[in-house]
Amino acid sequence: MAGSIEHRIALSAESDHASLPILGRAHEWVVTVDHKRLGLMYIGGGLVFFLIAGLQAATMRLQLAIPNAGIIAPQVFNRLLTVHGTAMVFLVGMPILTGFLNYLVPLMIGARDLAFPRLNAFGFWLWLFGSLLLYFSYIGGDGLYGAGSAPDVGWFAYAPLTERAFSRGNSTDYWILSILLTSVGSTATAINLLTSIFCMRCEGMTLRKMPVLVWLAAVVSFLMCVVLPPLSAAQAMLLLDRFLGAHFFDTQAGGSAILWQHFFWIFGHPEVYVLVLPAFAFANEIIPVFSRKVIFGYSVMVAASCALAFISLGVWAHHMFSVGMAPAGNAFFAASTMLVSIPTGIKIFNWIGTMWGGKIRFRIPMMFSVGFLAQFLIAGLTGIMLAVAPFDWQLTDTYFVVAHFHYVLIGAIVFMIFAAIYYWFPKATGKMLGERLGKWHFWLFLIGFHMTFDTLHFAGLRGMPRRIYTYQPGRGLDTINLIASIGVIFQAAGILMFLINVIRSLRSGKPAGDDPWDAWTLEWSTSSPPPEYNFAELPVVRSRRPLWDLKHPEDPDWKYE
Amino acid sequence: MMMKRWLLGIAAMLAAASRAFANDWGMGDANSKIPPSSIFSPVSTPASDINTLAFFTLAITGTIFLIVGSLIVYSVVRFRARSDDDGREPPQVYGSNPIEFAWTTVPAIIVFVLILITARTIYTVQAAPRPPGAINVRVIGHQWWWEFQYPDLGIVTANELHVPQSDPANPTPTFIVLESADVAHSFWVPRLAGKTDAIPNHRNTMWIDPHEVGTFLGQCAEFCGTEHAMMLLRVIVEPRGDFQRWAEAEKQAPVQDASVARGRAVFESTACVNCHAIRGTAANGTFGPDLTHLMSRETLGAGVAINTPEHLKIWVHDPAEMKPGALMPAMNLEPKDLDGLVAYLATLR
Repeated sequence: MAGSIEHRIALSAESDHASLPILGRAHEWVVTVDHKRLGLMYIGGGLVFFLIAGLQAATMRLQLAIPNAGIIAPQVFNRLLTVHGTAMVFLVGMPILTGFLNYLVPLMIGARDLAFPRLNAFGFWLWLFGSLLLYFSYIGGDGLYGAGSAPDVGWFAYAPLTERAFSRGNSTDYWILSILLTSVGSTATAINLLTSIFCMRCEGMTLRKMPVLVWLAAVVSFLMCVVLPPLSAAQAMLLLDRFLGAHFFDTQAGGSAILWQHFFWIFGHPEVYVLVLPAFAFANEIIPVFSRKVIFGYSVMVAASCALAFISLGVWAHHMFSVGMAPAGNAFFAASTMLVSIPTGIKIFNWIGTMWGGKIRFRIPMMFSVGFLAQFLIAGLTGIMLAVAPFDWQLTDTYFVVAHFHYVLIGAIVFMIFAAIYYWFPKATGKMLGERLGKWHFWLFLIGFHMTFDTLHFAGLRGMPRRIYTYQPGRGLDTINLIASIGVIFQAAGILMFLINVIRSLRSGKPAGDDPWDAWTLEWSTSSPPPEYNFAELPVVRSRRPLWDLKHPEDPDWKYE
Repeated sequence: MMMKRWLLGIAAMLAAASRAFANDWGMGDANSKIPPSSIFSPVSTPASDINTLAFFTLAITGTIFLIVGSLIVYSVVRFRARSDDDGREPPQVYGSNPIEFAWTTVPAIIVFVLILITARTIYTVQAAPRPPGAINVRVIGHQWWWEFQYPDLGIVTANELHVPQSDPANPTPTFIVLESADVAHSFWVPRLAGKTDAIPNHRNTMWIDPHEVGTFLGQCAEFCGTEHAMMLLRVIVEPRGDFQRWAEAEKQAPVQDASVARGRAVFESTACVNCHAIRGTAANGTFGPDLTHLMSRETLGAGVAINTPEHLKIWVHDPAEMKPGALMPAMNLEPKDLDGLVAYLATLR
């Protein structure tokens, strides 16, 4: 009787908190519907998968360190690259970023919780079980629970490689179900955020007075609601192919391989913005606070983000310049992709404009943010190169692309995730993270990141395709790959510093106080950590920076907005 | 005790790694004679067109990088808080319409120019006219090897594409039709052209126009399963006369050598014939590479090994030793039969 055991745990948690502190506390986390706890659970869970998927990446780099290495078998490598890619997107990027939005949005709009707290908890558990399913495929994928049988079809899972004829066993089915579950969970979160943002803002917070982060949370949620359903539809169709003999993508029965690519990238490209817009959102909060200036060009920032989300829906086929589209199709998608660079450029200029004339304090969150700015600049420029369709015929499916999107995903997004952790950790825990370890973390990670991924641009230009488990010597690739692999050691050392920092701070960190950074948005007006009900009294705001108004009554923001 | 276990573990890992080095079946030597396949050293018209556009793009993006990068560095250095700071907040600037307008329109103009130039190259490469002397090749991607057919010449070969050198005065470009027998692949020889996918139920076309004699390495660029990494190919560009001679030789039936009759009998009486074809014999399988002129190729197993009788023997005995995951099964032949078979295959010039 499983129910009765849970019931007993619940009872003991309530009646005898002291005798079963761990179980009792665990139980509180399991049954919670508090947006802050769920946010932290997303972030914590995402970080655990980040470590696992990172170790998988390190294993691949070990194999690629030298030419013709036989450290791991080809199929094992293909499983690593599939699970690493899938995990980093669905199990790491999305949950950590939506976790932050979960945590921050109600606080920043001055609400007690999200609109649908139970839906929020449901989304989290759906996500967690979907995630576990992906890793469970390692023990349950290939028939008789044979070890090491995870999906090996790539995170993009191009048909017909994923059809029964070429992917036997059940590893691909685990991949499909895992993604279906995690994306249903994410859709739930997106609906919840949208509803909360539009219906639950505190008094005085008109749309034009929302912090930029909240605006971007709304844009991201909208994007998720639009692009996750096509992904889920494609997964359902693939399941129909595999189990019920449908022929959507089964080319041996007349299906279309290219249809899958359209479905996948119509989700897959906007997904990049689903990941990068929250990173922008963090930068929009952190850069002003540490430059001691209001964000430059608020309305333009918001408009650029909306434009970005809109354009991102019309560029998906730039992932398919080599499938043989007609010249007009290639030209259209090249042009629409290049348009992306305009709003992106505006954002970078506005961040520089925010720092310009400020008094920049180089605390850890700001260091990560400046790293983000520089790396995102590089990522954007290599993105323009990839948008030039003929250039892309050479670059696509090479390590140049690997380098490019790791500049986006690590150089921009992971750097901003770390910035956000250093920035909001005091709010969530009441403790500061250590500055000295933070600097070690930053520099080691920065050096390792560039060692690994800058070099890979050149591997691609020298003709190294991606997703290969090995390469032959004598192709001018040996040194490049060795440096890239050594960079991983630095990155790992940086992450280790971060983990030590977190554990030390949780045990004996400096108390943070309510507003350690002298910041301006509502979350800093409540205690650290905030009480379950967020605000003793719901706030009333008159401008975008309510705490600035309080701190500078002689020169409040609402005079200028 | 603990120490010993660690050392044993490290020794086992090193052993595994060094075994890996032994797996270089002569390709290290063969490949290092060929210059790297840099996309910036084109030897064929489409690759040159792309190269020109690439340098134009690099010039634009490089300039933007220098300007914006300097702005970031300058603002970070210039506006950092000093130790003698008075603690007052800097002036709050909420924005500026003229500035926002400027940094929207300037990038828009740059993007517009780039779009026009990109579109022009797309059309010149994709809509290139076909001159009368063009060679036709049908390329079929298989898990994990390449089939090359010359429909006008009646030649079928694998993994090594011979094409004539094309000179601008009298161009003989090669027009390629790309197909796939199983999953999606992508045909890519960086110095000759950009990549084009080979997709099942779909027919793609591309062309190359190599004006330099030599061997150019390429490989499959679309993830296609276990041995995607070892789906290599060579394009051998020859002067026109050499190409004609090669084509004539390929058209001939293989030499009938009485001394290897036993090996031929083995080939024709085992499962080999189900997958492979040798013209003039009962073997007409199409699942694996055509072996009619096997020994005219430099490499074995889509580029995993130098094509020598010794390597051939290892391959026939158990392909997985050279190429784990290869779809050809181990043949489990008696040693005598294996020797005979390899001796026979070695005569297929």
